[in-house]
This record gives sequence, C-alpha cells and structure tokens, in this order.
Amino acid sequence: MNSDLVKIEEGVKFIPGASALVGPLNKIINWGRSGSMWPVTFGLACCAIEMMVAGASTNDLDRFGIIFRASPRQADCLILAGTITKKMAPVIRRVYDQMPEPRYVLAMGSCACSGGVFDTYAVVQGGDEFLPVDVYIPGCPPRPEALLEGLIKLQEKINGEQGRWSQLT
Amino acid sequence: MSKAMNIDIPVPAGNEDHYRIKMGPQHPATHGVLRVDLDLQGETILECVPHVGYLHRGFEKLAEHRSYVQNLVLTDRLDYIAAMANNVGYCEAVEKLLGIEVPLRAKYLRTMVCEMSRITGHLLGLATHALDIGAMTVFLYCFREREVLLELFAELCGARLTPTYTRLGGVRQDVTHSIMMKLERFVDEFPANIEEYETLIDTNRIWLKRTVDVGTLSAEDAVSLCITGPSLRGSGVDYDIRKHFPYAAYDLVDFEVPLGEAGDTYARYRCRMEEMRQSNNILRQCIEQMPPGPIVGDDAPDLVMPVKPGRKVEVDAPARQGLIKLIEDRETFMEGDIYVPTEAPKGELGFYFISDGNGSPYRMHIRSPSFIHIGALKTMAKGTMVADLIAIIGTMDVVLGECDR
Amino acid sequence: MESTDIVEKLRKKFSDDVLDSYQHRGQNGVLIRRDHILDVCTYLRDECSMNHLMCLTGVDNSKRKATAAPCYERFEVVYQFYSIAEKYRIRLRAQVPEDDCSIESITSLWIGADWLERECYDLMGIHFDGHPDLRRILTPDDWEGHPLRKEYPLRGDGKWTGYEELKAKSKELSRFDFYQKDHEIGEHE
Repeated sequence: MNSDLVKIEEGVKFIPGASALVGPLNKIINWGRSGSMWPVTFGLACCAIEMMVAGASTNDLDRFGIIFRASPRQADCLILAGTITKKMAPVIRRVYDQMPEPRYVLAMGSCACSGGVFDTYAVVQGGDEFLPVDVYIPGCPPRPEALLEGLIKLQEKINGEQGRWSQLT
Repeated sequence: MSKAMNIDIPVPAGNEDHYRIKMGPQHPATHGVLRVDLDLQGETILECVPHVGYLHRGFEKLAEHRSYVQNLVLTDRLDYIAAMANNVGYCEAVEKLLGIEVPLRAKYLRTMVCEMSRITGHLLGLATHALDIGAMTVFLYCFREREVLLELFAELCGARLTPTYTRLGGVRQDVTHSIMMKLERFVDEFPANIEEYETLIDTNRIWLKRTVDVGTLSAEDAVSLCITGPSLRGSGVDYDIRKHFPYAAYDLVDFEVPLGEAGDTYARYRCRMEEMRQSNNILRQCIEQMPPGPIVGDDAPDLVMPVKPGRKVEVDAPARQGLIKLIEDRETFMEGDIYVPTEAPKGELGFYFISDGNGSPYRMHIRSPSFIHIGALKTMAKGTMVADLIAIIGTMDVVLGECDR
Repeated sequence: MESTDIVEKLRKKFSDDVLDSYQHRGQNGVLIRRDHILDVCTYLRDECSMNHLMCLTGVDNSKRKATAAPCYERFEVVYQFYSIAEKYRIRLRAQVPEDDCSIESITSLWIGADWLERECYDLMGIHFDGHPDLRRILTPDDWEGHPLRKEYPLRGDGKWTGYEELKAKSKELSRFDFYQKDHEIGEHE
C-alpha cells in the first residue's frame, strides 16, 4: 500500500483516487461547518452594540445557527467588533491562539478593518496587522444587515473550501 | 492513573481560600473591555482593582488636530449607546465658548433627541444589567423597543447608532411628518412597555435578593466619589444638570427628577425606570409644543451642509485646509476657556474647552461619568461577593468607550 | 451668594497664592499657585460648601497664546468645583512649573480624584504628591512618554515594545495559517 502513495511535499502523502471519496465528504463537512458557526463574544466598542442587535429579535442570528459562546475553546470564529488598541492587541491574539482549527476572523467595522477615524498613537490600524482576517465588513457601525451579509460571505467561503480537514499535516 | 498524571502543586497551608484572579478584559459580563483584578477570600472580595485603557483611542489628542466641526464626529463614539446626548453636549459647549445662538426650534429638536437617547441608554443599561443577573427576557424586550427608536434615528438623520445629528448653531435636518407620527405612537405605547418590564422583575424575589442592599452608597460617599447621574440620585442627592444648568429647551418643559433613598442597586434601578417615564413625558410635551422656525442659527459657521440638495460648497484643496481656513477667517472666535456639563444618561458629561482663537480647540477635555464610576468600584466592591460585583458594575451603567476615550 | 463673591473670599484669605482672576462667558476662573492647593480646596469644601468636584484635568501651556488671562507656568492643573446646595461654581487653575512638575494630591478630600489624578499623570506627566497609587491608567504600564504633551506626535514616537513583540510573534505563527497570504501579515501595499 505504501508504494501506491504519491508524495506531494515533505511529510504529506496522497492516496491516488481518494479525491473521489473526499470530494463529496468535503461538501457535507463544509455544509455542517457553515451551518453552525459559533463566534466568541468579543465586542470591543460601538460595533459590539450592532452585533448585539443582530443577535437579538428583529434580526436574529440564531436562525443561521450562530450562537455566541463565551469561551474561545468552544468557538470557531472571532468577530472583531470595534476599535483595536495597542493595549488590547496582545489579549486578542491570545484569544485567537486559543481557538481550535478551523477558525475564521471577521473584521467588523471601519476600526477593525483599517483603524477608522482614529489614526493616533494608541490605535492599531486594522486587525490584519497581527491576525489573518477572512472577511472585512466596512461601516461605522455597519448595519445589522451588513453584518449578516458578512457572515453569509463567510459561509460561502467555508462552502468553497477544499482540503481543510483532509490534509494530513 | 499513571504516575505522570500525579501533579503536586504546593498550596500554602492554612490560607487555601485566599487567591487572586483576573476578570476580563474579554468577559461576557464586563460591559466592554474592562479588566478587574480580584483578591478573593473564598467568594468574598478583599480587594478589587479595575484596569481600564483597553479602548483608549486618544480622543483628546486627536481633537487638537481637527477643527471644531470635525470633532463632532468623534463625540458619537464616546457613549455609543446614547450618541445624540454626546452630540448635544459637545455642541452646547462649543456654542457657549464661541458665542453662537441656537434658534428655538433647534432647541426643542435637541431636547427631543436627548430624551430619545436617554430612553435608549436606560433601556440598554437595564437590558445588560438584567442579563448579567440572569433575567434574559428583559434583554429581548428592551431591544425590541430600542429597535423602534433606532429606526426613527435612521429615518431622521441616516444612521442608527452614530448619528452626528446636531451641528454648531442648530441641527442637521428637520423632522418630517412621518417621524412625528411614529414618535407619537411610540410615546403613547411606551408606558405600557415600562409596566411590562416592571411586572417581570420589580417584585421578583430573585431580583430583590440580588439588588436590595447590594452596593449601598450613602449620599456623602457618593458625592465624595464624584458620582453623578441616576447613580447619585439613587442615594437621595438632588443633582440633575437639566435643573441646575438648564440647556436646550429644558427650562420650557415640565418634568420631575426622581430621587431614591436607600442608595442600593434597587434604588438606582427604580430611579432609571422613573426617569424613562419622565423622558416619555418630555417627549410628549416636545411634540405638542414644537415651534415653527429655522433649524440653524444665522451666525453658525458656514460649514453646515446645504439644506437644498444640489448646491455645492466650494472648498480649497486639500479639503481640510480649506475648512480650517473658512473658520480662521472669522473674527468672532474669542480666546478663553469654558466648562459646560450636560446630563447624559450615564451621568454628568462635561466638556472643558480652551480656545486659542483659531479653528481647532487648543485643549478639549471630556469629563466622562463612566471613568469616575469605574474608579468608584474599588470602594464599592470591598467586602461583597463576586456575583454582587457583577450587579454593581451593571448598576453603575458603565460604557468603556466613554471611560477610555 | 454669587461666584464672584467666592473669588473675593479667596483673594482675601489666600492673598499670596491667588495670581489672577478672570471671567469668560459668565464663568469665573482663578489662577493660583500650587503651593497651598490642599488648604484652598479644604477651605472651598468646608467653608463655602463646594462639595462636588466636577472636573480635574491638566493642561500644557507651551503653545498657548493666551492674551486675555496670561499663564504663568508651562503646566497647569484645572479644578472645577460646584456647590450642589448653593448652586455656584468656580474654576481653579493651579500653575505647575516644568522643572518641578508636581503638585499635592487632593485624594484626602475627594476619593473620586484618585483616578482623575492618575489620568493627569499618565497623559500629561504631572506628579501628584501623596497619591496612594500613582501609575499609568489609560496607556499600558510600560508606555514611554506622556501623550497629551504638545511635543508628543499624534501618531506616537517610539514603538511600544509590547506591540512590536506581538507583531513579530504573529509573523512567526502565520506560517501555520491555512490561507497563506501573498504578503506578510502587517505589511500593506
């Protein structure tokens, strides 16, 4: 069996013909992941209020399977809602490092995307200076509908993923 | 169990219950990025040290590099739950400093939006306070009412949360008939909603056990801690800036200032509920008494957007230099300093300005109530339990955006 | 009793300390020396019933062209007092020189002044003698410089080591990310 394996890179071997099985499995697993995205509660500033509104009645996030979890170990996405300051940045990175793979980051609001209005000594000019951001949601603050659009874009991104769980690294 | 799992952590004999934990800054119950270091003996707090600054954005430094009109945008982001109250506070201070008159209709409009902001602020304060204590239904009900008001804000000036509605010398846009109709309907239905919240928690045994005699402050202690707003009035001190230093149209409407007696969490909660009723009253009077007239004064700086669409405002490039040049050409900017307090939903929001004669403030200091209230946690939380600390943070109604600026 | 009466009383009682007094838009201000600020505040609180400390802040006068009420030193600490019962207010501007940048703390009179003075120390660099716990409050504990001073640039001068270390660590960890970016984390085009 070992001789049939194809070597892709150092330490990674690929079973020929496996993609016929893995392909449909990808679809099912991605459907499961995108249908139950659990963000960690990480409201920093004004955008946090719009995030709370998106989670409350009128715009309900629960119908998309999105439940807010308090512990990062149980969450799979991090919504950076609000201004990121240099004092807070190490804390954010620590929370992100605690999240298990696969994990995604949404930058909600102008401050998290690029610093917003605040080009000062204490503000980080965008979350992507120290975190890999997947979806950017601009606005100051973005309407709850805009947050929903961002979450749906993230769902589309997850649905199009390949090999996220099947790589043997 | 293998030997490797047997971990021996040395514990100081005799004092096993004394330990130190950190709550936050990422925590579901801290109303934002607040970190509290607790020295605990079992469940009782021996010492409580709050740490702030995780949302310090440098407002005061930034304001020195921008013109007065540009700084208006920053003030929304202070107490972002009741944004229009900050706008009104800022405009009152700058207008007093520079001597700009506001027409009567604009004063009534400012009073109206201030009271709407007060209702949204108290609703969210109540919602998060109740959520921390465990009453989750109140959270959903309060947000339902808030949605009505936020949609009215969006119809009035385009944004739900950060409206920047007022301008130096007046307001940005006039109310339409549809807004007044919807507001009137809200004002008629709101007292019934307040009673709905009260039936849920007012006489609930769990609520009473968690709020009566928790976080008690005497009147002298509260004044010594520089606490203001409903948190101070819950201890019986009659200090409401709308009565002491009337601004906008507050001297033209009738309202009472509710006062508590016991100074505990329950008294402050009752103060806020009564204030919501009084705000409703003021809104009704504003709708009835709204005078006709202009919404911007004649001597306002020429930087209000034109009311008629299509008319362009010529500005030299780069745009910021042009704006400052327009202000610098005026001769009526005097030097001097001024301190103007206003009654924000959280307490006394004060702006201290020093004007140097040109178009940017020389120094802008924001006296924020939340900063002082969090500082008071050190004294208030000694000897209480951890769960009571959560109730105290909720009742002081802090917003970290305002605290850290 | 009007606020101007308070100014007269202060002038009579503390004649060496009061440097100047002025009025702007109906608000009275008094410039005083910093030496006996605790006595002045005690007098105001006890004799004139000014029990509410509205505001406490620091000002850097180095670029101020104040011709109306000239300033005497580089820094000043501004106190705003109010009497809830009698309804009058006053502003004290205590002048603090640059070389000996310190003033007495009033935390013994108002407990709430604790954090206000810490903020003044953090952002302006004015030291408060007798303060129980004077350390930085809004900026991180090991921040260098005092941001609100006029020579401090808006975007910051030195780099705070805490943030630089974080960026280095993120760059190192970014090779484990699933989506590898074309550019490194932290570099913008």
